[in-house]
Amino acid sequence: MEWLMWFTKFENTKPVSLVIFFVLFCGVIVYLFGSKQRGAQLESFKNIPLQDDDI
Amino acid sequence: MTTTSVTNTEQYNYDVIRKFAIMTLVWGVVGMLVGVYIASELAFPVLNFDIPYITFGRLRPVHTGAVIFGFGGSALFATSYYIVQRTCQARLFSSGLASFTFWGWQSIIVLAALGDVMGYTQGREYAEMEWPIDLLIEVVWVAYLVLFVGTLMKRKQPHIYVANWFFVAFILATALLHTFNNLAVPVSLFSMKSYSLFAGAQDAMTQWWYGHNAVGFFLTAAFLGMMYYFVPKQAGRPVYSYRLSVLHFWAIIFLYMWAGAHHLHWTAIPDWTSTLAATFSIMLLLPSWGGMVNGILTLSGAWDKMRTDPVIRFLIVALSFYGMSTFEGPVMSLKDVNALSHYTDWTIGHVHSGALGWVAMVTFGSFYHMVPKLWNTKMFSNRLINIHFWLATIGILLYITAMWISGIMQGLMWRAFDDFGNLQYAFIESVAAAHNLYIMRAIGGLFFLSGMVLMCYNMYKTIKSGTTEQA
Repeated sequence: MEWLMWFTKFENTKPVSLVIFFVLFCGVIVYLFGSKQRGAQLESFKNIPLQDDDI
Repeated sequence: MTTTSVTNTEQYNYDVIRKFAIMTLVWGVVGMLVGVYIASELAFPVLNFDIPYITFGRLRPVHTGAVIFGFGGSALFATSYYIVQRTCQARLFSSGLASFTFWGWQSIIVLAALGDVMGYTQGREYAEMEWPIDLLIEVVWVAYLVLFVGTLMKRKQPHIYVANWFFVAFILATALLHTFNNLAVPVSLFSMKSYSLFAGAQDAMTQWWYGHNAVGFFLTAAFLGMMYYFVPKQAGRPVYSYRLSVLHFWAIIFLYMWAGAHHLHWTAIPDWTSTLAATFSIMLLLPSWGGMVNGILTLSGAWDKMRTDPVIRFLIVALSFYGMSTFEGPVMSLKDVNALSHYTDWTIGHVHSGALGWVAMVTFGSFYHMVPKLWNTKMFSNRLINIHFWLATIGILLYITAMWISGIMQGLMWRAFDDFGNLQYAFIESVAAAHNLYIMRAIGGLFFLSGMVLMCYNMYKTIKSGTTEQA
């Protein structure tokens, strides 16, 4: 369990969290803009408020 | 009345939305009236009349509570219930729970105001309510979360529209903030008094983690949810970019949580905490402007609506004020700027450019769209909406201009030294110098309040001509 102590030091956890959040952010960007097909599908959702009068 | 709206009335629970909408207007008038009165007290202290119940110190939290939680909170309950039902094509999953959130929330606002006037306070800004009211808030808020998520879960529309993401983030974050900021030990079971679980600088950091995120999630994320539904609806065109809305959603909810300590620059907190908060505040500019750009560009190709539709004017000017105040905020979070601006009226001006310019204006625009639909009618007078718009806009400009001038003047006077290294001005000289600007601020508030009263009249006539009956 000694290895858990590594996480108690800010000088370790700060760069690790930076890497985690940066990778997550890049993941969101790739998800949103990485595929034309998925992009078109995502953009189609913007019509949801305009369709609710027809229901 | 079309067949469509008849179906909608049956399909959705509009009853609770109507109640919240009416109380939004009531709390708007009450909160802004108290605001104008306390602004006048600062200009003319004689208005305190030596009556403890109406002194600035007691009425100020009544003002903030009534406008933030009464007006803003009721508006958010109303619009979130409206949006979640219409975008999910599902009725609120429990009418009883919806009704409970209405009566519970209104009781909280009344109890909080009475407590403030009677002198019961935790001394925590925007969280003055003592522990029994805090517990009631906790219960009502959990009911709100259950109701909202329960309705999302029974949706017929497969995708959850982005406005609802903002509302869920707002509800979850507010629950978290309220719980941890109000951790306290009551003196006894029958005493209103309690003591915070935190102490010293940690207590201050907890309070401003709460305070800034109340702005970030209650007054920003949730109202962005409102914007993402009502701007496209009123403009009659979809939002500019759905992907941008998703991107700035994740960025904004991640970044806001770290920025609170910028309220405590140059105090006893660790310097790195201060720097971290300022850094995140600067980074917040991008996702904040992502929302503004997305909202404003929704009108691309239809800018003529700004000239012809006063409701669109409310919504777009709200977004412009949102952009301005989310630029001003990061600037003020810089340590050197903060050294001048902190403790001065500049902060009050900044808050009101966001609260009046963004929160209230986007609420007005959304309500002018939503209320006629709730009562199956049209707005009584477009001309009155237009007059309201100008009263509100002039009021805000008077208010924030007065506070900018008085704030920067105060900051400069407090740091001025004479040739011998002594302070050049006594504190009272800076108070006297701000007198005319305080009058100007009160007049600005009066303009804004007049617009609010006009809106109530317009809404009253609209509601009177409408019907809630199902065909």
